Amino acid sequence: MPKDSGIGASPKRREDIRFLTGTGQYTDDINIHGQAHVYFLRSDMAHGKINSIDTAAAAAMPGVVRIFTGADFEGIGSIPCGWQVTDKHGNPMQEPAHPVLAQGKVRHVGDPIAAIVAETLEQARDAAEAIDLDITELPAVVDMKQALEPGATKVHDDLDSNLCYDWGFVEENRDAVNKAFEEAAHVTTLELVNNRLVANPMEPRVAVGDYNRANDESTLFTTSQNPHVIRLLMGAFVLGIPEHKLRVVAPDVGGGFGTKIFHYAEEAFCTFAARQLNRAVKWTSSRSEAFMSDAHGRDHVTKIELALDADNNFQAIRTETYANMGAYLSTFAPSVPTWLHGTLMAGNYKTPLIYVNVKAVFTNTVPVDAYRGAGRPEATYQLERLVDKAARELGVDPIALRRQNFITQFPYATPVAVEYDTGDYVATMDKLEEIADLSGFEARRKESEARGKLRGLGVNCYIEACGIAPSNLVGQLGARAGLYDAATVRVNATGSISVMVGAHSHGQGHETAFPQVVADMLGIDDSMIEIVHGDSSKIPFGMGTYGSRSLAVCGSAMVRATEKIINKAKKIASHMLEASEADIELKDGQFTVKGTDKSCAWGDVTLAAYVPHNYPLEDIEPGLEETAFYDPSNFTYPSGAYACEVEVDPETGKVTVERFSAADDFGNIVNPMIVTGQVHGGVGQGIGQALLENCVYDENGQLLSASYMDYAMPRASDVPFYTVDHSCQTPCTHNPLGVKGCGEAGAIGSPPAVVNAVVDALQSGGHTHVTHIDMPVSPQRVWAAMQG
Amino acid sequence: MTKITMTVNGKSVSGDVEGRTLLVDFLRKDLRLTGTHVGCDTSQCGACTVHVDGVAVKSCTMFAAEADGADVATIEGQAAPDGTLNAIQAAFQEHHGLQCGYCTPGMVMAAADLLKNNPKPTEAEVRHHLEGNICRCTGYHNIVKAILAASGQDVSQIAAE
Repeated sequence: MPKDSGIGASPKRREDIRFLTGTGQYTDDINIHGQAHVYFLRSDMAHGKINSIDTAAAAAMPGVVRIFTGADFEGIGSIPCGWQVTDKHGNPMQEPAHPVLAQGKVRHVGDPIAAIVAETLEQARDAAEAIDLDITELPAVVDMKQALEPGATKVHDDLDSNLCYDWGFVEENRDAVNKAFEEAAHVTTLELVNNRLVANPMEPRVAVGDYNRANDESTLFTTSQNPHVIRLLMGAFVLGIPEHKLRVVAPDVGGGFGTKIFHYAEEAFCTFAARQLNRAVKWTSSRSEAFMSDAHGRDHVTKIELALDADNNFQAIRTETYANMGAYLSTFAPSVPTWLHGTLMAGNYKTPLIYVNVKAVFTNTVPVDAYRGAGRPEATYQLERLVDKAARELGVDPIALRRQNFITQFPYATPVAVEYDTGDYVATMDKLEEIADLSGFEARRKESEARGKLRGLGVNCYIEACGIAPSNLVGQLGARAGLYDAATVRVNATGSISVMVGAHSHGQGHETAFPQVVADMLGIDDSMIEIVHGDSSKIPFGMGTYGSRSLAVCGSAMVRATEKIINKAKKIASHMLEASEADIELKDGQFTVKGTDKSCAWGDVTLAAYVPHNYPLEDIEPGLEETAFYDPSNFTYPSGAYACEVEVDPETGKVTVERFSAADDFGNIVNPMIVTGQVHGGVGQGIGQALLENCVYDENGQLLSASYMDYAMPRASDVPFYTVDHSCQTPCTHNPLGVKGCGEAGAIGSPPAVVNAVVDALQSGGHTHVTHIDMPVSPQRVWAAMQG
Repeated sequence: MTKITMTVNGKSVSGDVEGRTLLVDFLRKDLRLTGTHVGCDTSQCGACTVHVDGVAVKSCTMFAAEADGADVATIEGQAAPDGTLNAIQAAFQEHHGLQCGYCTPGMVMAAADLLKNNPKPTEAEVRHHLEGNICRCTGYHNIVKAILAASGQDVSQIAAE
C-alpha cells in the first residue's frame, strides 16, 4: 500500500482542487434557466398581531411574479419538530405550530411575513418596501425567567404558558441527591450563563426549489448537512410530496456547524412556490438575514452545585438550567438541553449521584437549536467551571482534584443513563501536561508579569457522547427519526469503486477520508475509489453529518457494505482459482489461495462479476454492489484534557490567548491531518465563544447583534497556533473502525479552559474576589470584575 | 443601465449593469465566475476579495461600474492554464489550509496581496493582514501556516498533525 493511502495516512484532500480554483459548486452558484428570485419580508418587531398585509401596490411593481403570505399556507403543514421530550411528570412537551409564513402573529424579529417572488432579486427587494403592514406591537418576552412568571405575555396563545417542558433526570434519584447535599462536607455553587451564539458558517443559507410539471417532480437544492432528512421532514410533514417525487440535493456546502441540519421555512417555501409557479424559485440569505433566521445556539442560564466529602471526593451534582427554545421549536431543539446535555453531567468523574433539571422556555427570539457540540459544550462548561471553583475553594490543585475523581474502570455506567465504553482520562491528562509544558508555566507567568501583564493557566477535561445514535434508544427518548446511516459500495467492472454515502461533508473532507477506509480493507489504492454524497436520488437514506457521527456511523455502514463485497469477491475468486472459499486470502489487492502462489488480481474478479463467463452463476448473481445500513449500539465517547494560557492587561481588561493545547482521545484515526484540522476549528470557535461572541437582544426583543459589525467573530489575530495531540487512543469497542469521532470536541472542551485561565490570571493578580466571569469574557467584563 | 468593459483574468469582458450592481454580483451572475463568494453584507468577511488593478479589494464594497476599464483578477485566474496550482494554492492544499472552501478564494487573494508587498511576513504580520478575512472552519492555524510556507519560510516548527 502506498504511504499516502489507507487508514492512518494523510493524503492531500481531493476537494481542495475545486475549492482553491473557484470551481466548487455551492448552492448559490446554481442557476436554473427561467428561475425567479424570492425576497422575504421579515418582522422588525419581536411580537405583534398581524392585522393586515396589503400587497396590492407591491404586486404591481416591475418584475413581480407573485407575493405569498401566511394565507397561502392554510392547509399546508407546520415546520415539524423532530424530537418530543416528555416532562418530569410524564407529559409531552408543549409543541406550538410553526407556519411557513407568519399566520396571525409575528413572534421574533426576522419572522417571515411575506415572500415576494420577482424576476430579479433587486425587483423583489424593491417591491417589499411597497408592502403595507398593519401589525399591532405586543409586549415581548425575552428573559426566560420573566417569561415563566404568572401573567407573562404568551408567545403562543394556544399554549398554557411559555414553558415548553420542565424535565428532570433522573427523577427517581432526586431525593438521594438532595440528601447527599445535606450531608456534604463541602458544597460549591456556581451560577453561569452559556451565551447565545450565532453559528455563522461562512456560506449563508440558500434554497433553490424547482418543479417539473411533466413528471410532477420537485427538486430542492439546499445548503443542508442532511438532504434525506430534509426530504422526509418537508415531503412528509409539510408539503405532502411523496419521496419518489421529491429530490433534495445538497451540493458543496460551506460550513454548517449544526445550523444547516434543520428544516427551515425557506426550503419549504421555495419548493412550494416552484410547484405553484411552475418555475424555479431561488432564495439566498444575506448575512443580516442569517442573524435573524438561522437557528441560534446555546443560551442556557444555569445554577450548578457540587457536593464533596471530607476527602474531596465528588458525592453529588445538582443542576438547574433554563434553556431558551426561541419562538418556535427547531428540528432538534428539545433534545439539546436534555438528552445531549443532562446525560453528560458525570463528565470524566465518578460522581455517584446526579440530578439535572431543565426548563425549556419559549421567548420572542430566533429559535435555538444544536450548534457544534449541541448540549455537550453546555454540560462540560458548567461542570468544568464548577470543579475549578471547588478546587480554588478547597485550596487544592485543580488538576489533582480532577485526577482524584477520574473514572478509571471501563465500561462505566454513569448515573445519567449513558455507559462509557472505553477511555483513559489519566493518559490524556498526562499527555496534556507534557504537550502544554505545564511545568514551565510559572516561568512564563513571571515573564508576563515583568511586562505588566497578568498570566493565567486554565485546565479542564471533557467527555462527550457522539456518533449519534442508537435508534431504539433515541426513539424511547422521544426522537421521531432513526439515527442509523447507510452506504452503497458499487464496484465497477474494471475495478474502480463508487461509494454512495448518507453522510454529507461540509468541510470534513469525506471525499478524501472515506476512500481511505475502503482502500485499506481491499488493499487497493484510494485513488480507485470515489465518494458520492449529497443527492437523495443517488444515495441510500442517510441521516447526514453532525454530532461527530460520519465515520462512526456512516463509516461503519461503509465497512459492513465492503465486507459484503469482499465476501462475494472471494466466492468469485475461489471459483476462478478452483479453490475452496475458506482458502482465499485478500491482501494488497490480490486474491491468493492460502499456501500457494495461485492468485488473481482485484481487477480480474471485478471484471468477472460483470462478464460472468467463468463464474459460479448457479450459486451467486452477477454484479458486485452491496448496501449496508448501520445502526450504532451506543454513542461513542471521545474525551480529553485541554490547557489554555492567557495574558490579561490589567489596565484594559483585554485577554489574549497565548497558548492552547489539546490532548484528545478519539479512538482510532483514519486521517490525522483532517482530525487535527477539526480540533483547530473547534478550538477557534470555543475561544470565540469564551472571549468575543454574543448574540444580544434588548428588553423589547430587538436583535442588537445582527451583523458582523456587532457580533465579534474570531479573526486570525485573536488566536495563536494550537498544540494538538491525539496519540492517546482507546478504540471504540462497538463499531468496526474503533473510531469515536472528532468534529465537535474542540468546541466542547475549549470554553472552560479559557475562562478558567482568566479567573486564574485575575486571582494571581490579587483579585481574589473574582471567582467567575460570564462569557464572553470581554475587556469590559474583566475590567468591571477587577474593580470589584 | 450602464455598459461597462473590463479585463477579467486577462480576458476582455463587457456587460450592462445598473448603477447599484456590485462588482461581486457582476462577476458571479453576469460573468458566471462563481469562485468569488459573498459571505456578509457589511464588508467584513473577505470572501469576496479580488484584485483590481493589482490591489486587493472587497468586491462587495465596490460597484461594477467603478471597475469600468480596470484589470481584475479573481480566484479562477490564479492557477496556470494547464491547471497547475500556484505557490499559494499549493501551500493551502499541502498544509490543509481549507475545510469547507467558502472563505478560501478570499484567503488566497488576500495572501497573494500580502506576499506581493511583504514577501517574508512574520506570523503576526500574516494574522494582522487577515483581519479582513473570516474563516469559521480552520481556526486559522493551517491558513497562517500555509501562507508562511508559500512565502518560502520554514514551517517545520509549527505544530502539525
